Amino acid sequence: MSDTHRYDAIVIGGGHNGLVNGAYLTKAGMKTLILEQRHLVGGAAITEELHPGFSFTTFSYALSLIRPEVIRELDLVKHGFNPIYMPTSFAPMENGDYLLLGPDRDENIREIMRHSPRDADAMDRYDHDIGRILQLMYPLFDRVPPDIFGKTAEDAEDVAWLLGHLGSAEPKVVHDAVRLITGSIADFLDDYFESEILKGYLAASSTTGTKVGPMSAGSGLVSLMMAMGEHDGHLGSWSFHKGGNGGFTQLLGRAAEGLGAEIRLESHVDHVVTKDGRAVGVVLQDGTEFHADVVVSALDPRQTFTKLVDPRELPNDLVESIDRFQFNGTSAKVNFALDGVPRYPALGDRTDQYRGFVSVAPSIEYLERAYDAAKYGWYSERPYLDMCLQSFLDPDMAPPGKHVMSCFVQYAPYHLKGSDWDTERNNLGDTVQATIESFFPGFGDLVLHREVVTPLDIERVVGLSEGNIYAGDFLLPQMYFFRPAPGWSQYRTPINGYYQCGSGTHPGGCVMGAPARLASQQILKDRANKV
Amino acid sequence: MVKTTPFHPRLADLNTTQLWTHWAGHLSATQYDIAAKHEYFGVRNAVGFFDASPLFKFEITGRDAEEFLSGVLARDIRTCRPGRAQYTIWCDDAGYVLEDGVIFRHSANEFLLTAAEPNLSFLQNQIGSMQVSIEDVSDQFAMLAVQGPRSRAVIAELAPEVNELGYFGHTQAKIANSEVTVSRTGFTGDLGFEVRIPSDDALAVLDAVMDAGEPHRMRPFGDQALNLLRIEAGLPLIGVEFTSSRYSYNEHERFTPDELGFGWLLKGIDDDTRPFVGRRAILAERATGSSRWATVGLAVDGHAFEALFYDAGLVPPKDEPPAAWETMLYDDHGERAGYATSYAYSPMMQTQVGLARVRPELAEVGTNIHVEQTVNHVYTTVPATVTKMPFFTPERKTSMT
Repeated sequence: MSDTHRYDAIVIGGGHNGLVNGAYLTKAGMKTLILEQRHLVGGAAITEELHPGFSFTTFSYALSLIRPEVIRELDLVKHGFNPIYMPTSFAPMENGDYLLLGPDRDENIREIMRHSPRDADAMDRYDHDIGRILQLMYPLFDRVPPDIFGKTAEDAEDVAWLLGHLGSAEPKVVHDAVRLITGSIADFLDDYFESEILKGYLAASSTTGTKVGPMSAGSGLVSLMMAMGEHDGHLGSWSFHKGGNGGFTQLLGRAAEGLGAEIRLESHVDHVVTKDGRAVGVVLQDGTEFHADVVVSALDPRQTFTKLVDPRELPNDLVESIDRFQFNGTSAKVNFALDGVPRYPALGDRTDQYRGFVSVAPSIEYLERAYDAAKYGWYSERPYLDMCLQSFLDPDMAPPGKHVMSCFVQYAPYHLKGSDWDTERNNLGDTVQATIESFFPGFGDLVLHREVVTPLDIERVVGLSEGNIYAGDFLLPQMYFFRPAPGWSQYRTPINGYYQCGSGTHPGGCVMGAPARLASQQILKDRANKV
Repeated sequence: MVKTTPFHPRLADLNTTQLWTHWAGHLSATQYDIAAKHEYFGVRNAVGFFDASPLFKFEITGRDAEEFLSGVLARDIRTCRPGRAQYTIWCDDAGYVLEDGVIFRHSANEFLLTAAEPNLSFLQNQIGSMQVSIEDVSDQFAMLAVQGPRSRAVIAELAPEVNELGYFGHTQAKIANSEVTVSRTGFTGDLGFEVRIPSDDALAVLDAVMDAGEPHRMRPFGDQALNLLRIEAGLPLIGVEFTSSRYSYNEHERFTPDELGFGWLLKGIDDDTRPFVGRRAILAERATGSSRWATVGLAVDGHAFEALFYDAGLVPPKDEPPAAWETMLYDDHGERAGYATSYAYSPMMQTQVGLARVRPELAEVGTNIHVEQTVNHVYTTVPATVTKMPFFTPERKTSMT
């Protein structure tokens, strides 16, 4: 084995978490190799020119949860970090009316009053209560979860910290948090609002990426996760990175390389090599071997525990947990190249509604009916859509005067009953386009190119099991100290020197980098203890 | 009665907020969009336009114009070739700064100076026996700033000659049948141009620029966005960073070029072939090391800033407009270090940044500074370090491609 194939650490997967983890390990002085199976880094956060002149955020399309510590500690600003503010949210309605919210509280109140005078002050109360819950949750986000099953003094300290943290909060805030996390967003919103459009708009994020409907218990949890982000101090505000999320992961790659990490593309890892219960390296599918005492998987839990290593080397309980771990990909994307800006009849020639996301979720009932199809193994006839005309904010995404529109689609379950995604791909595209057309008449005439990304495509291209965008559903039994499995939430695995740092670990999916950062801390701590 | 600029009929329609401020006696849009931040990002990521018409403009011509200006302006105008412009300052005889501005050289004997304040009598008083004519042409021209990475594409559509324009170069061009001057200048620290237009043609030129800007997502930006942009660019603003020495009541309000970070403008000051107003005092200041302040950039430790608020049960305030007051600074020993004249959250730097004046011994990059911060109605401090300015300076600002 030549020295050129010997590293202190090998990170499997060049998605955002793999890059963040590799960058941190390198920064700490470890000679680190990041292995990516594709021809570009970014994993599910990439930007591709799939139609000449048009840049598509094929999969992940927005930024919000990236932890401020990651930006600072990896000096991402120096490499071009540039999230673009999205000031508005636009929600079209089936009767042709709309809800258009912006950054001005007083304007929003007037807009909400058009739909329900009673909801005008409810919005402030709701926002404030959510803000309080977020403040309670942030410290949990930025720490390794306590091992509540652990027996060491450190574990006891961690548990004491958690209890102390929760115990110091106001009872109402803790109660609100529990109601939201364990309950449905529909029930939670009913406590505040009566307007269907407002509830639909607010409930929409509660279903993102996870196989729950807004009336399902657990939808509140997803909603909370989606609100955990911020942009320039606006809690829950989402932004769009210059050049799309591919623009972001490219700069992340530059930052990692700038620190000295080595990134090797088109290097599909076949398996992790272990010896006497500890990781010693990896083998690529082409047979190339790399050796290191630390191997980190940025892949999802199914890949990490059942594909990269031999499950027979793992405790039975863990293997069973991973087997039961819910992936249930239910999200799709349809990305459009457009000849111009879609027109919304009630707004005439106005286009300012495209400064932010367009949420096709006119009511909770609309969302729940969209979910019904998924329960029975089919995609929604009238799906929930989260759309964004990215070139409206970043003209580099499309030729002058033209536009790209990212369109997130839910529900589109990975397992179809009586058909498969290769058969249904184009039908899904038609369904989505017809839905958009029903709100934005004439939309179809603008379409120059269309790209349909099904959960199967996400799995095939990116490697996320069942196309689950979070590397595992956001469900209570799969969060915090249960993510990805009881006893294994602290980024270690039963194999010495083999770690996990992907979205399947705490705090979870979305482009946040927190799992990778916390994992690097754990790896470095173990390394320090060993020496 | 406040005046309106030649662009006003169009801008009044574009200003969806109907928020206006008064600038040099003119209505000037505070913000066109309900989110000034949206306008800010428009400039940083695409292109925006700003009505800079209220600037004062002085035409300085005549056989002795160069000699006159080289004795009035602290920066050596002789190094400015025709077709070039210079950022410059002028001082009083005690070596204190009076004002700053941009001077454009059109030919050997023709100059145009833009400034934020009226200066005609001051300039005329310096003429003495020289053959120089100075005219205030402020109202004869409208000024349109087109700024941002797409600005070249927009202007080049109308005046292809700007493709050849270097940083601080200017050229005559014809836009919408009007003879205009296009310069590669601006107040945003980004790639950008300013178009000086005969007032009567202002609307026709603006319309042409807006049409050319449409495919590039160009939008107007107001005062709020400009303030954030210029802070990121490390550009001082008269009335904020300093007051004119002429209108100062005591020495605390007066500053020398070195104290304001303008030392770089004084290249060649040792060459005694150019006596300019304030030169002897500035040389004396340098010889005795009597500068009281140094102007530096400050970058706040973002983590500490956030922790300060989260630990107090508050959400960190990151989206406030730049502070409208001076922010006090302390050194590691709790002694007064100076004060920040501008202080704001920078989206490009992802932390609070400030233009600051500190004791000269604290000016080195990397020096610890503690910035006064109020949390729960109590004064505390947040750590920051002295950093290079401009905070944000993209390659495109000065590059030819």
